[in-house]
Amino acid sequence: MDYLYTFLLGGGICVIGQILMDTTKLTPPRILVIFVVSGVLLQAFNLYEPLVNLAHQGASTPLTGFGYALAKGAIDGAEKGFIGVISGAIKSTAAGVGIAIVFGYLVALIFNPKSPK
Amino acid sequence: MSEDTKDFQDINKAVSKEDVAKAYGKYSEQFTPKPNYLANCLKAFLVGGGVCTAAYFAAGRLAAAGLSQRNAETYVTIGLVMIAQLLTGIGIFDKIAKFAGAGVIVPITGFANSMVAPAIEYKKEGWVLGIGAKMFSVAGPVLVCGIGSATVVGLIKWIIGLL
Repeated sequence: MDYLYTFLLGGGICVIGQILMDTTKLTPPRILVIFVVSGVLLQAFNLYEPLVNLAHQGASTPLTGFGYALAKGAIDGAEKGFIGVISGAIKSTAAGVGIAIVFGYLVALIFNPKSPK
Repeated sequence: MSEDTKDFQDINKAVSKEDVAKAYGKYSEQFTPKPNYLANCLKAFLVGGGVCTAAYFAAGRLAAAGLSQRNAETYVTIGLVMIAQLLTGIGIFDKIAKFAGAGVIVPITGFANSMVAPAIEYKKEGWVLGIGAKMFSVAGPVLVCGIGSATVVGLIKWIIGLL
């Protein structure tokens, strides 16, 4: 059952993105921003966590899940005071962003642009 | 000036630039291929769902192997990012994205891809202002908007908690 929910929700969120890409003139960067901020706003009202509990990676892998992790970090940090709030968002997503920067830089160093044939 | 050209100028005056732009838009629409909405959505659904399900499966395997749930999920995220960036470097990610569209753009793989693709493209501008700067041409807005809004939400909750 968990696999089904994961597949349905993960696929469903991607379909929303596909519809935005096909029917609006929004560019992919804007769509990514919309997804992240939506995740933040949903979690602000505690609405995204139930989805993560239900569909696991189906909810946490799409970029809305990235927004959810950012918001959850900041909200959890709020209990520890001001510094907790300020550091919470980055702390909760540090591993993903960290590897994306380090490994991404490495990949960009190694590979060269493909010249169009 | 002949009678004909005068008429023509009058017409030109009567037709506003906006109407011309609209007419041109309609005209050029004929040549723009219409996206196949249903097929695109189906592909995005299947691939996107597949990526998420694979991530769930991998997290489950890692947890079964003795990692804590939290660490297992973090390793899966790291794995997804590395795979997506490697595929971008090799040039395969573009081909997958052409097929799956949002199916690989919306998951964290799209974020990872967006850091490498422009970095490789602008490599010749140098290691600092080429790769270093272009890595964040898409990820920058995402991080600024995401971290910014999340911190505002946290601040609001913190202030409410103080009251």
